[in-house]
Amino acid sequence: MKNFEIFTKGIIKQNPVFVLLLGMCPTLGTTTSAVNGLGMGVATMFVLTMSNIVISLIKNVVPGKVRIPAYIVVIASFVTVLQLVMEAYVPDLYSTLGVFIPLIVVNCIILGRAESFASKNNVFSSVMDGAGIGLGFALSLTLLGAVREILGAYSLFGYKFADTDGILIFVLAPGAFIALGYLLVLFNKYKATLK
Amino acid sequence: MESSLKNMILSLFVITLAGACAVGAIYMLTKDPIETAKKEKVSTAIGKVVPEFTNDPSEGKLTEEQEGGNVVVYTAMNGDEVVGYAIETYTNNGFSGDIKLMVGFLPDGTIYNIEVLEQNETPGLGSKMKDPDNKLRVSFEGKNPADLNMKVMKEGGDIDALTASTISSKAYVEAVQRAYDKFLTIVK
Repeated sequence: MKNFEIFTKGIIKQNPVFVLLLGMCPTLGTTTSAVNGLGMGVATMFVLTMSNIVISLIKNVVPGKVRIPAYIVVIASFVTVLQLVMEAYVPDLYSTLGVFIPLIVVNCIILGRAESFASKNNVFSSVMDGAGIGLGFALSLTLLGAVREILGAYSLFGYKFADTDGILIFVLAPGAFIALGYLLVLFNKYKATLK
Repeated sequence: MESSLKNMILSLFVITLAGACAVGAIYMLTKDPIETAKKEKVSTAIGKVVPEFTNDPSEGKLTEEQEGGNVVVYTAMNGDEVVGYAIETYTNNGFSGDIKLMVGFLPDGTIYNIEVLEQNETPGLGSKMKDPDNKLRVSFEGKNPADLNMKVMKEGGDIDALTASTISSKAYVEAVQRAYDKFLTIVK
Protein backbone atom coordinates (compact mmCIF):
# COMPACT_ATOMS: atom_id res chain seq x y z
CA MET A 1 0.00 0.00 0.00
CA LYS A 2 2.84 2.34 0.83
CA ASN A 3 4.40 1.72 -2.55
CA PHE A 4 1.10 2.43 -4.26
CA GLU A 5 1.01 5.81 -2.54
CA ILE A 6 4.54 6.50 -3.74
CA PHE A 7 3.30 5.81 -7.27
CA THR A 8 0.14 7.94 -7.12
CA LYS A 9 1.65 10.96 -5.39
CA GLY A 10 3.47 11.88 -8.61
CA ILE A 11 0.21 12.30 -10.50
CA ILE A 12 -1.60 14.84 -8.30
CA LYS A 13 0.01 15.61 -4.94
CA GLN A 14 3.56 16.07 -6.21
CA ASN A 15 2.84 16.56 -9.90
CA PRO A 16 6.20 17.65 -11.34
CA VAL A 17 4.76 20.26 -13.71
CA PHE A 18 1.78 21.76 -11.87
CA VAL A 19 2.97 21.44 -8.26
CA LEU A 20 6.75 21.18 -8.18
CA LEU A 21 7.17 23.34 -11.33
CA LEU A 22 10.18 21.34 -12.44
CA GLY A 23 11.31 20.57 -15.99
CA MET A 24 9.83 23.76 -17.43
CA CYS A 25 12.13 23.80 -20.46
CA PRO A 26 10.70 20.71 -22.22
CA THR A 27 7.26 21.52 -20.80
CA LEU A 28 7.10 24.84 -22.61
CA GLY A 29 9.22 23.89 -25.60
CA THR A 30 7.77 20.61 -26.82
CA THR A 31 4.05 20.90 -26.13
CA THR A 32 3.01 22.37 -29.48
CA SER A 33 0.67 19.40 -29.96
CA ALA A 34 -0.74 16.61 -27.82
CA VAL A 35 1.33 13.97 -29.62
CA ASN A 36 4.58 15.86 -29.06
CA GLY A 37 3.77 16.37 -25.39
CA LEU A 38 2.95 12.69 -24.97
CA GLY A 39 6.15 11.62 -26.77
CA MET A 40 8.32 13.86 -24.63
CA GLY A 41 6.52 12.75 -21.46
CA VAL A 42 6.93 9.05 -22.20
CA ALA A 43 10.60 9.54 -23.11
CA THR A 44 11.24 11.31 -19.80
CA MET A 45 9.27 8.66 -17.91
CA PHE A 46 11.47 5.94 -19.41
CA VAL A 47 14.71 7.68 -18.45
CA LEU A 48 13.42 8.54 -14.97
CA THR A 49 12.34 4.98 -14.18
CA MET A 50 15.50 3.37 -15.52
CA SER A 51 17.86 5.83 -13.83
CA ASN A 52 15.99 5.44 -10.53
CA ILE A 53 16.46 1.66 -10.72
CA VAL A 54 20.19 1.86 -11.39
CA ILE A 55 20.86 4.63 -8.89
CA SER A 56 19.05 2.83 -6.08
CA LEU A 57 21.14 -0.26 -6.91
CA ILE A 58 24.48 1.56 -6.84
CA LYS A 59 23.68 3.97 -3.99
CA ASN A 60 25.75 1.97 -1.47
CA VAL A 61 28.89 1.62 -3.59
CA VAL A 62 29.23 5.21 -4.81
CA PRO A 63 31.31 7.46 -2.54
CA GLY A 64 29.36 10.52 -1.37
CA LYS A 65 31.63 13.11 -2.91
CA VAL A 66 31.32 11.81 -6.47
CA ARG A 67 27.67 10.77 -6.37
CA ILE A 68 26.44 13.62 -8.60
CA PRO A 69 28.85 12.90 -11.50
CA ALA A 70 28.08 9.21 -11.12
CA TYR A 71 24.31 9.85 -11.34
CA ILE A 72 24.77 12.14 -14.34
CA VAL A 73 26.72 9.42 -16.18
CA VAL A 74 23.93 6.92 -15.51
CA ILE A 75 21.25 9.37 -16.69
CA ALA A 76 23.22 10.42 -19.77
CA SER A 77 23.74 6.78 -20.77
CA PHE A 78 20.02 6.09 -20.66
CA VAL A 79 19.25 9.25 -22.60
CA THR A 80 21.72 8.27 -25.35
CA VAL A 81 20.21 4.79 -25.51
CA LEU A 82 16.75 6.32 -25.80
CA GLN A 83 17.94 8.73 -28.49
CA LEU A 84 19.35 5.91 -30.64
CA VAL A 85 16.25 3.76 -30.21
CA MET A 86 13.92 6.64 -31.10
CA GLU A 87 15.99 7.56 -34.16
CA ALA A 88 15.76 3.96 -35.35
CA TYR A 89 12.09 3.19 -34.72
CA VAL A 90 10.18 6.50 -34.47
CA PRO A 91 12.22 8.84 -36.73
CA ASP A 92 9.35 11.30 -37.22
CA LEU A 93 8.81 11.91 -33.52
CA TYR A 94 12.57 12.01 -33.05
CA SER A 95 12.99 14.80 -35.59
CA THR A 96 10.08 16.80 -34.12
CA LEU A 97 11.40 16.66 -30.56
CA GLY A 98 14.92 17.33 -31.84
CA VAL A 99 17.26 18.84 -29.28
CA PHE A 100 14.87 18.25 -26.38
CA ILE A 101 15.72 14.54 -26.30
CA PRO A 102 19.44 15.00 -25.44
CA LEU A 103 18.35 17.78 -23.05
CA ILE A 104 16.55 15.19 -20.88
CA VAL A 105 20.00 14.70 -19.30
CA VAL A 106 19.76 18.09 -17.61
CA ASN A 107 16.06 17.85 -16.77
CA CYS A 108 16.04 18.67 -13.07
CA ILE A 109 13.19 16.23 -12.33
CA ILE A 110 15.47 13.30 -13.08
CA LEU A 111 18.50 14.35 -11.05
CA GLY A 112 16.12 15.62 -8.38
CA ARG A 113 14.44 12.23 -7.96
CA ALA A 114 17.83 10.48 -8.05
CA GLU A 115 19.20 12.69 -5.30
CA SER A 116 16.13 12.99 -3.10
CA PHE A 117 14.52 9.58 -3.53
CA ALA A 118 16.41 6.82 -5.35
CA SER A 119 19.62 7.38 -3.38
CA LYS A 120 17.76 6.80 -0.10
CA ASN A 121 15.23 4.09 -0.93
CA ASN A 122 15.14 0.48 -2.14
CA VAL A 123 14.77 -0.56 -5.78
CA PHE A 124 11.06 -1.29 -5.75
CA SER A 125 10.07 2.01 -4.15
CA SER A 126 12.38 3.82 -6.58
CA VAL A 127 10.68 2.18 -9.57
CA MET A 128 7.31 3.25 -8.20
CA ASP A 129 8.58 6.79 -7.60
CA GLY A 130 10.12 7.06 -11.07
CA ALA A 131 7.09 5.64 -12.84
CA GLY A 132 4.68 7.80 -10.81
CA ILE A 133 6.50 11.09 -11.26
CA GLY A 134 7.17 10.17 -14.92
CA LEU A 135 3.50 9.42 -15.51
CA GLY A 136 2.55 12.71 -13.85
CA PHE A 137 4.97 14.50 -16.18
CA ALA A 138 3.68 12.67 -19.27
CA LEU A 139 0.03 13.38 -18.40
CA SER A 140 0.75 17.06 -17.70
CA LEU A 141 2.62 17.49 -20.98
CA THR A 142 -0.13 15.73 -22.92
CA LEU A 143 -2.75 17.94 -21.27
CA LEU A 144 -0.81 21.13 -22.00
CA GLY A 145 -0.11 19.95 -25.56
CA ALA A 146 -3.78 19.11 -26.07
CA VAL A 147 -4.94 22.54 -24.83
CA ARG A 148 -2.44 24.32 -27.09
CA GLU A 149 -3.33 22.15 -30.07
CA ILE A 150 -7.10 22.61 -29.56
CA LEU A 151 -6.81 26.40 -29.30
CA GLY A 152 -3.92 26.93 -31.66
CA ALA A 153 -4.73 24.57 -34.51
CA TYR A 154 -8.36 23.49 -33.84
CA SER A 155 -7.28 19.87 -33.81
CA LEU A 156 -6.56 17.13 -31.27
CA PHE A 157 -3.99 14.35 -31.76
CA GLY A 158 -3.80 15.48 -35.38
CA TYR A 159 -7.57 15.26 -36.08
CA LYS A 160 -8.85 18.63 -37.22
CA PHE A 161 -12.35 19.54 -36.07
CA ALA A 162 -12.62 23.01 -37.63
CA ASP A 163 -11.45 24.07 -41.04
CA THR A 164 -9.73 27.30 -40.02
CA ASP A 165 -6.32 28.27 -38.77
CA GLY A 166 -6.78 28.52 -35.00
CA ILE A 167 -5.48 31.09 -32.54
CA LEU A 168 -1.90 31.15 -33.67
CA ILE A 169 -0.38 32.50 -30.45
CA PHE A 170 -1.12 29.26 -28.61
CA VAL A 171 1.23 27.36 -30.91
CA LEU A 172 4.00 29.90 -30.38
CA ALA A 173 6.11 30.34 -27.24
CA PRO A 174 3.96 32.98 -25.48
CA GLY A 175 0.96 30.66 -25.79
CA ALA A 176 2.86 28.03 -23.84
CA PHE A 177 3.20 30.39 -20.89
CA ILE A 178 -0.44 31.53 -21.10
CA ALA A 179 -1.79 27.97 -21.30
CA LEU A 180 0.53 26.76 -18.53
CA GLY A 181 -0.51 29.65 -16.30
CA TYR A 182 -4.22 28.94 -16.61
CA LEU A 183 -3.72 25.20 -16.19
CA LEU A 184 -1.70 25.90 -13.02
CA VAL A 185 -4.60 27.91 -11.60
CA LEU A 186 -7.15 25.23 -12.44
CA PHE A 187 -4.95 22.41 -11.17
CA ASN A 188 -4.24 24.08 -7.84
CA LYS A 189 -7.89 24.99 -7.40
CA TYR A 190 -8.73 21.32 -7.94
CA LYS A 191 -5.97 20.18 -5.61
CA ALA A 192 -7.27 22.46 -2.86
CA THR A 193 -10.69 20.83 -3.02
CA LEU A 194 -9.14 17.41 -2.41
CA LYS A 195 -8.10 18.22 1.15
CA MET B 1 30.04 5.70 2.08
CA GLU B 2 33.39 7.27 3.05
CA SER B 3 35.14 9.02 0.13
CA SER B 4 38.79 8.33 -0.55
CA LEU B 5 40.74 9.16 -3.69
CA LYS B 6 41.03 5.48 -4.56
CA ASN B 7 37.36 4.57 -4.25
CA MET B 8 36.21 7.77 -5.98
CA ILE B 9 38.39 7.08 -9.01
CA LEU B 10 37.52 3.40 -9.06
CA SER B 11 33.76 3.87 -8.76
CA LEU B 12 33.61 6.59 -11.42
CA PHE B 13 35.78 4.47 -13.71
CA VAL B 14 33.49 1.45 -13.35
CA ILE B 15 30.33 3.52 -13.87
CA THR B 16 31.61 5.33 -16.96
CA LEU B 17 32.88 2.05 -18.39
CA ALA B 18 29.52 0.36 -17.85
CA GLY B 19 27.74 3.35 -19.37
CA ALA B 20 30.01 3.36 -22.42
CA CYS B 21 29.51 -0.39 -22.94
CA ALA B 22 25.73 -0.05 -22.75
CA VAL B 23 25.65 2.87 -25.19
CA GLY B 24 28.05 1.09 -27.55
CA ALA B 25 25.95 -2.07 -27.55
CA ILE B 26 22.76 -0.16 -28.33
CA TYR B 27 24.57 1.82 -31.03
CA MET B 28 25.53 -1.41 -32.79
CA LEU B 29 22.00 -2.78 -32.45
CA THR B 30 20.31 0.34 -33.81
CA LYS B 31 22.83 1.22 -36.53
CA ASP B 32 21.10 -0.74 -39.28
CA PRO B 33 17.51 0.28 -38.39
CA ILE B 34 18.60 3.95 -38.35
CA GLU B 35 20.18 3.57 -41.81
CA THR B 36 17.06 1.84 -43.12
CA ALA B 37 14.78 4.50 -41.66
CA LYS B 38 16.79 7.27 -43.33
CA LYS B 39 16.89 5.49 -46.69
CA GLU B 40 13.18 4.78 -46.53
CA LYS B 41 12.45 8.45 -45.95
CA VAL B 42 14.46 9.40 -49.04
CA SER B 43 12.94 6.69 -51.24
CA THR B 44 9.37 7.55 -50.18
CA ALA B 45 10.08 11.19 -51.03
CA ILE B 46 11.49 10.20 -54.46
CA GLY B 47 8.39 8.10 -55.13
CA LYS B 48 6.21 11.15 -54.51
CA VAL B 49 8.09 13.72 -56.57
CA VAL B 50 8.62 11.93 -59.90
CA PRO B 51 6.28 9.92 -62.15
CA GLU B 52 6.27 6.13 -61.89
CA PHE B 53 9.64 4.49 -62.39
CA THR B 54 11.03 0.97 -62.46
CA ASN B 55 14.67 1.37 -61.45
CA ASP B 56 16.20 2.00 -58.03
CA PRO B 57 17.10 5.72 -58.09
CA SER B 58 19.44 5.32 -55.08
CA GLU B 59 21.79 3.40 -57.35
CA GLY B 60 23.90 5.77 -59.39
CA LYS B 61 22.97 8.84 -57.39
CA LEU B 62 25.17 11.89 -57.90
CA THR B 63 26.22 13.72 -54.77
CA GLU B 64 27.68 17.19 -54.91
CA GLU B 65 29.12 18.50 -51.67
CA GLN B 66 28.58 22.23 -51.30
CA GLU B 67 29.60 24.60 -48.57
CA GLY B 68 26.35 24.42 -46.59
CA GLY B 69 25.15 20.91 -47.42
CA ASN B 70 24.76 18.30 -50.12
CA VAL B 71 22.84 18.34 -53.37
CA VAL B 72 21.99 14.82 -54.50
CA VAL B 73 20.54 13.84 -57.86
CA TYR B 74 18.46 10.67 -58.15
CA THR B 75 17.53 9.64 -61.68
CA ALA B 76 14.20 7.86 -62.13
CA MET B 77 13.94 5.59 -65.18
CA ASN B 78 11.05 3.64 -66.60
CA GLY B 79 12.77 0.92 -68.61
CA ASP B 80 15.44 2.80 -70.58
CA GLU B 81 13.64 6.11 -70.62
CA VAL B 82 14.39 8.83 -68.07
CA VAL B 83 11.07 9.87 -66.53
CA GLY B 84 12.38 12.43 -64.08
CA TYR B 85 15.04 13.64 -61.71
CA ALA B 86 14.55 13.84 -57.96
CA ILE B 87 16.99 16.36 -56.55
CA GLU B 88 17.66 16.59 -52.84
CA THR B 89 18.46 20.17 -51.98
CA TYR B 90 18.99 22.35 -48.93
CA THR B 91 19.08 25.89 -47.64
CA ASN B 92 20.81 27.34 -44.58
CA ASN B 93 18.49 30.34 -44.54
CA GLY B 94 15.44 28.83 -42.86
CA PHE B 95 13.83 30.71 -39.99
CA SER B 96 15.22 28.14 -37.56
CA GLY B 97 17.84 25.80 -38.94
CA ASP B 98 18.33 24.16 -42.30
CA ILE B 99 15.56 23.06 -44.61
CA LYS B 100 15.97 20.03 -46.87
CA LEU B 101 13.69 19.46 -49.83
CA MET B 102 13.28 16.80 -52.49
CA VAL B 103 12.38 18.50 -55.76
CA GLY B 104 11.15 16.37 -58.68
CA PHE B 105 11.77 17.55 -62.25
CA LEU B 106 10.44 16.07 -65.46
CA PRO B 107 13.12 15.73 -68.19
CA ASP B 108 11.97 19.06 -69.73
CA GLY B 109 12.50 20.95 -66.47
CA THR B 110 8.89 21.13 -65.30
CA ILE B 111 8.55 20.66 -61.54
CA TYR B 112 6.45 17.57 -60.92
CA ASN B 113 6.24 17.77 -57.13
CA ILE B 114 8.15 18.88 -54.03
CA GLU B 115 8.49 17.11 -50.70
CA VAL B 116 9.95 18.52 -47.49
CA LEU B 117 12.54 16.15 -46.02
CA GLU B 118 13.59 18.18 -43.02
CA GLN B 119 12.49 21.46 -41.45
CA ASN B 120 12.37 23.04 -38.01
CA GLU B 121 10.26 26.08 -38.89
CA THR B 122 7.79 27.63 -36.46
CA PRO B 123 4.91 25.20 -35.91
CA GLY B 124 1.71 26.58 -37.40
CA LEU B 125 3.51 29.15 -39.59
CA GLY B 126 6.58 28.07 -41.56
CA SER B 127 5.95 24.40 -40.82
CA LYS B 128 2.95 24.60 -43.17
CA MET B 129 5.44 24.05 -46.00
CA LYS B 130 5.08 20.34 -45.34
CA ASP B 131 1.28 20.34 -45.64
CA PRO B 132 0.14 18.64 -48.86
CA ASP B 133 -1.62 21.65 -50.38
CA ASN B 134 0.40 24.58 -49.13
CA LYS B 135 0.71 27.67 -51.31
CA LEU B 136 4.43 27.24 -51.90
CA ARG B 137 4.22 23.75 -53.34
CA VAL B 138 1.17 24.65 -55.40
CA SER B 139 2.94 27.69 -56.91
CA PHE B 140 5.69 25.42 -58.20
CA GLU B 141 3.75 22.33 -59.20
CA GLY B 142 3.55 21.79 -62.95
CA LYS B 143 5.56 24.94 -63.70
CA ASN B 144 8.93 25.27 -65.33
CA PRO B 145 11.32 27.45 -63.29
CA ALA B 146 12.55 28.90 -66.62
CA ASP B 147 9.14 30.63 -67.02
CA LEU B 148 8.88 31.66 -63.39
CA ASN B 149 10.24 34.68 -61.61
CA MET B 150 11.75 32.77 -58.71
CA LYS B 151 10.96 35.25 -55.97
CA VAL B 152 8.13 35.59 -53.49
CA MET B 153 5.28 37.91 -54.56
CA LYS B 154 6.29 40.51 -51.97
CA GLU B 155 9.53 40.97 -53.93
CA GLY B 156 7.78 41.03 -57.29
CA GLY B 157 8.11 37.33 -58.07
CA ASP B 158 5.57 34.65 -58.97
CA ILE B 159 5.71 32.54 -55.84
CA ASP B 160 2.85 32.79 -53.37
CA ALA B 161 4.43 32.85 -49.89
CA LEU B 162 3.03 31.21 -46.77
CA THR B 163 1.03 33.62 -44.62
CA ALA B 164 3.28 35.39 -42.11
CA SER B 165 6.31 33.28 -43.03
CA THR B 166 8.25 35.31 -45.56
CA ILE B 167 11.64 34.11 -44.32
CA SER B 168 10.66 30.44 -44.48
CA SER B 169 9.13 30.97 -47.91
CA LYS B 170 12.21 32.72 -49.25
CA ALA B 171 14.39 29.92 -47.95
CA TYR B 172 12.13 27.37 -49.65
CA VAL B 173 12.37 29.23 -52.95
CA GLU B 174 16.14 29.42 -52.57
CA ALA B 175 16.35 25.65 -52.10
CA VAL B 176 14.20 25.05 -55.19
CA GLN B 177 16.41 27.44 -57.16
CA ARG B 178 19.48 25.49 -56.02
CA ALA B 179 17.88 22.25 -57.22
CA TYR B 180 17.02 23.86 -60.57
CA ASP B 181 20.60 25.12 -61.02
CA LYS B 182 21.79 21.57 -60.44
CA PHE B 183 19.16 20.25 -62.86
CA LEU B 184 20.44 22.58 -65.60
CA THR B 185 23.98 21.26 -65.19
CA ILE B 186 22.88 17.64 -65.67
CA VAL B 187 20.56 17.98 -68.65
CA LYS B 188 22.38 20.54 -70.76
